[in-house]
Amino acid sequence: MELNYSLAFGAALRRELKLAWRRRGDLLHPFAFTLLVATLFAIGVGAEENLLQRAAGAVAFLCVLLALFLSVDGLFRPDRDDGQLDHLLTSPVPLSLLLSARLLAYWLIHGIGLTLASPLLALLLRLPAEQLPVLMLALTLATLGMSAIGIIGAALTVPLKRGGILLALIVLPLYVPLLIFGSGTVAAQASGEPIAAALYLTAALSVFLATLAPFVAAIALRLGMD
Amino acid sequence: MTRYASPPVFYRTAGLWRPWMGLATLLFGVPAIVYGLYFAPPDYLQGESYRIIFIHVPCAWVSMFAYVAMAGAGAAALIWHTKLSELAVLAIAPIGAGFTALTLLTGMLWGRPTWGAYWVWDARLTSELVLLFLYLGVIGLANAYGDSRRGARAAALLALVGLVNLPIIHYSVRWWNTLHQGETVRIFGESSMHESMLWALLAAAMAAKFYFLWSLLGRLRLNLLIAEREKGWVARELKLESADA
Repeated sequence: MELNYSLAFGAALRRELKLAWRRRGDLLHPFAFTLLVATLFAIGVGAEENLLQRAAGAVAFLCVLLALFLSVDGLFRPDRDDGQLDHLLTSPVPLSLLLSARLLAYWLIHGIGLTLASPLLALLLRLPAEQLPVLMLALTLATLGMSAIGIIGAALTVPLKRGGILLALIVLPLYVPLLIFGSGTVAAQASGEPIAAALYLTAALSVFLATLAPFVAAIALRLGMD
Repeated sequence: MTRYASPPVFYRTAGLWRPWMGLATLLFGVPAIVYGLYFAPPDYLQGESYRIIFIHVPCAWVSMFAYVAMAGAGAAALIWHTKLSELAVLAIAPIGAGFTALTLLTGMLWGRPTWGAYWVWDARLTSELVLLFLYLGVIGLANAYGDSRRGARAAALLALVGLVNLPIIHYSVRWWNTLHQGETVRIFGESSMHESMLWALLAAAMAAKFYFLWSLLGRLRLNLLIAEREKGWVARELKLESADA
């Protein structure tokens, strides 16, 4: 029987989405986490309105970044524990193809999910209303790149008992450019400058990372499992 | 070429080369430091505090050079699966991290009198800090695997990922820096350095490079002995005749 790659890609994508849907209650946790970080930030800084409002874009961006990072460790770990990962590795379909389906699913579930939830976060942080569309646009683009970095970090650490703080040490420094360009987009909007430069750089970087990440993650998984 | 990747041959060759690296470090380093710290004229703007560049700049160069070397060794480890290149990744990472930490430390000491603060979110300092985190990630990943060969390969891959990201990080930080606070103080204008200072700086840079090689060869030799402790050549090399019998 001939292998149909697009069929395999579709099946892998559907599996991830279905799994997420079955446990849709869990999706509230990262969202609640963003609200929690925003609350802690507001309490820590004090309710001084100007200070909070000026930092709102960057803080909202950071809340989503941290929430997204927390779900990185779950990318492969459950599959390793129940043996699904071995099936991925021994599948006749290229591993990188299956991983790109997984990356896409992860971005749709967590990246887009958190972006859609960000208006409430923005409300809490008193982000000026005209900055909200820009924030959501920047988040949509930047979370793709963050997911790509996350999948590499998760693949590198999956043979270990826990990702934990090491995963943070691997993944967070690589988030730096996305944070700069992503929250730079919101900052540009806030100061009345054109947002195109920062937005395009975010998009370019995300597409670049998302293109390469499945291949790198495939190598990493094979290194770790043999 | 492949002959030198053989552990016993490399162990012996590295042992022959290493003293020369140490000697070159001293030959370049001592005059450069003595001249830089005592005889070079004070800067008309910064006075005596600028002298730290004779330590700071060579360290910064090596910190970046070492990352490229580590990623190069990582690429070799992933392509040819040679044990030597895996060990080289593990050996370079702590040296590079050390030079990065020194660069940050000397930069902070220089920043206190010059900028009035130990830490300024200057583009170069910030990217150097991110570089330190990248090194720590590589070291941490290698250590987290109990099995050192798998850990070394994972670290090698991470080093390569970091190498691809380093220019992006560097330019994004520069972009961010100009957006937020404009150009900070430039250390050198249009190459306004006195010629003798430039030569001293270059000599100090050579010394730092040779020190890097000296340290690398030492670490590699030690790592080789540990990795190959079951092999006969180690016992012969260390004259442990009883272990052979």
